[in-house]
Amino acid sequence: MSRLAIKLPGLSMKNPIMPASGCFGFGREFARYYDLSRLGAIAIKATTEESRFGNPTPRVAETPGGMLNAIGLQNPGLKKVLSEELPFLADYDVPILANIAGTKTEDYVKVAEDVSKAPNVTALELNISCPNVKEGGISFGTDPEIAAALTRAVKDVSEVPVYVKLSPNVSDITKIAVAVEEAGADGLSMINTLLGMRIDLKSEKPVIANRTGGLSGPAIKPVAIRMIYEVSQRVSIPIIGMGGITSADDVLEYFLAGASAVAVGTANFVNPFICPEIVDELEQKLIDKKVDHISELIGRSWKSCYSPSLSH
Amino acid sequence: MIKEWTTILHQEQIADKIYELTFEGELVERMTAPGQFLHIRVGEQYMPLLRRPISICDVDLEQKQCTILYRSEGEGTRLLSKKRVGDSLDILGPLGNGFPLDALQEGETALLIGGGIGVPPLYYLSRKLVERNIRVKHVLGFASKKDAFYIDRFNQLGETTVTTIDGTLGYQGFVTDYVLKENPEYDVLYTCGPTPMMKAIEEQLNPARAYYSFEERMGCGIGACFACVCPVKEDPTGTEYRKVCSDGPVFPQGVIQL
Ligand SMILES: Cc1cc2nc3c(=O)[nH]c(=O)nc-3n(C[C@H](O)[C@H](O)[C@H](O)COP(=O)(O)OP(=O)(O)OC[C@H]3O[C@@H](n4cnc5c(N)ncnc54)[C@H](O)[C@@H]3O)c2cc1C
Ligand SMILES: Cc1cc2nc3c(=O)[nH]c(=O)nc-3n(C[C@H](O)[C@H](O)[C@H](O)COP(=O)(O)O)c2cc1C
Ligand code: FES
Repeated sequence: MSRLAIKLPGLSMKNPIMPASGCFGFGREFARYYDLSRLGAIAIKATTEESRFGNPTPRVAETPGGMLNAIGLQNPGLKKVLSEELPFLADYDVPILANIAGTKTEDYVKVAEDVSKAPNVTALELNISCPNVKEGGISFGTDPEIAAALTRAVKDVSEVPVYVKLSPNVSDITKIAVAVEEAGADGLSMINTLLGMRIDLKSEKPVIANRTGGLSGPAIKPVAIRMIYEVSQRVSIPIIGMGGITSADDVLEYFLAGASAVAVGTANFVNPFICPEIVDELEQKLIDKKVDHISELIGRSWKSCYSPSLSH
Repeated sequence: MIKEWTTILHQEQIADKIYELTFEGELVERMTAPGQFLHIRVGEQYMPLLRRPISICDVDLEQKQCTILYRSEGEGTRLLSKKRVGDSLDILGPLGNGFPLDALQEGETALLIGGGIGVPPLYYLSRKLVERNIRVKHVLGFASKKDAFYIDRFNQLGETTVTTIDGTLGYQGFVTDYVLKENPEYDVLYTCGPTPMMKAIEEQLNPARAYYSFEERMGCGIGACFACVCPVKEDPTGTEYRKVCSDGPVFPQGVIQL
């Protein structure tokens, strides 16, 4: 077996690299540049029941080592995703992690039920953490009980394993993680973007029309690493790690922290070929480090120096 | 689109904060449509993180050379202006859809109106139109004399009028003031410049056939991130949109809400 192949609930991956939701559309643009079958999986853009235009522009602003975005979950809606986007991806030998979003429990349940029936959707990613949608949404990600109830409702209808995508905008992420694990989540994705803002010195107003935006990119990597380090010691379900990954070294760091796979987001905007480049680089890194299989690295940062104080 | 490390052959300041940069690379062979843009990585690592969209200003297909003009404004373009001849430059492109050349028949007249740093893509457009035996007239608007560039070059291709807001060069006023007063004849109008200028063109000149090149903040530049969307004009559902990077940056009259 290849050094890189990873098997997680619903996701049989040739390698542990997938593009992160919202940073890869539905794959069409990137399919012109490389063969999508080279990816371990694809996390598609958040799908909501109705089509959404999203927020006014400017929707993005650069920050040191990162960017803020407030796209506002723009997507063509459930019907079109099922009839046009997913069939397009079915031509590739790659499992699809379908990111789903909504503002009410019923929205999530409806989208989960329908999307999980699509033949190439092998897992769902429950987006309870988008910071850019005003009418609620966010509270699903910040209250452990509400997050658990939503997870249960989606698990009841989903025909495929469910990953819950956690928000970093909380004081104790382990509480939410434990709550959704108990509610039946098959895995976790972490982290979504950190809520931020930039103010323009000329206009003296926020740069982003939505005022706040989600921070992503290399700047957030240490936050994600710390959170995965904490959460992976408290749950037994696998974690898809993300936040600022731009290289194979970053992937190794995520595995050492406790991730079992990773997603690459913002870096796709800087280099559209980043995912296949990391796959190639990673294989070589493991050979150089004499690691037979990448899964050996999972959580090694805390396994070797396990400190009981962390488990309370 | 390809991504390539190109080589800088020339870098020169040609007006206040305006730089002319020429590079050489295989990707130049694909730059056949004026109005397309390049997504340029100015930083070495991830500072600054995002690429910068810059229009193609001129192309020498045989020599595989491309020229861009840019205004050194913020951090990214400042870093670009520090690059030297011989340095490598990471470029993704060409991207987007350019100005349609077949909108005009031989012998017809195109009016090209540029404003400030919106002028550069009109140069390659003008050259391509002239190649097709189309008459070109240019109206180039700048804030002041110190900001003006490429006037001689445009003059060599066709009748060129310069307007400045402060009157230090050419006609004093906005490009639209000049066109309203002189009423030059044309069949198709092409424009690129600040949104208020393009809005004034649409509202005051009300051209029958026109193409506008839009600007919007970008993430990916290839249509994947939805950073650069603009709402479609008079769409009752409010959900229709176009992406400036991959559906544009050039759109015909009436598609986008200016
Ligand atoms: C299709 C297209 C073609 C362009 N062609 C040219 C050209 O030929 N010459 C030229 O000088 N400029 C051009 N621009 C504008 C150019 O992209 C910006 O001036 C440049 O990105 C500013 O970067 P900065 O780091 O200097 O400024 P900063 O303000 O530090 O940039 C911060 C962020 O905002 C973005 N940004 C700032 N201003 C603009 C803007 N006007 N449009 C889009 N993004 C912006 C930057 O890309 C960056 O992500 C074009 C823009 C677009 C969309
Ligand atoms: C432009 C943009 C759009 C995003 N859209 C979504 C989305 O629709 N659903 C979601 O769960 N996460 C979304 N994210 C978050 C990313 O999937 C990822 O969690 C985050 O950006 C951190 O990874 P990165 O630093 O590699 O980008 C988006 C991020 C960006 C930058
Ligand atoms: S810049 Fe990403 S879609 Fe246009």
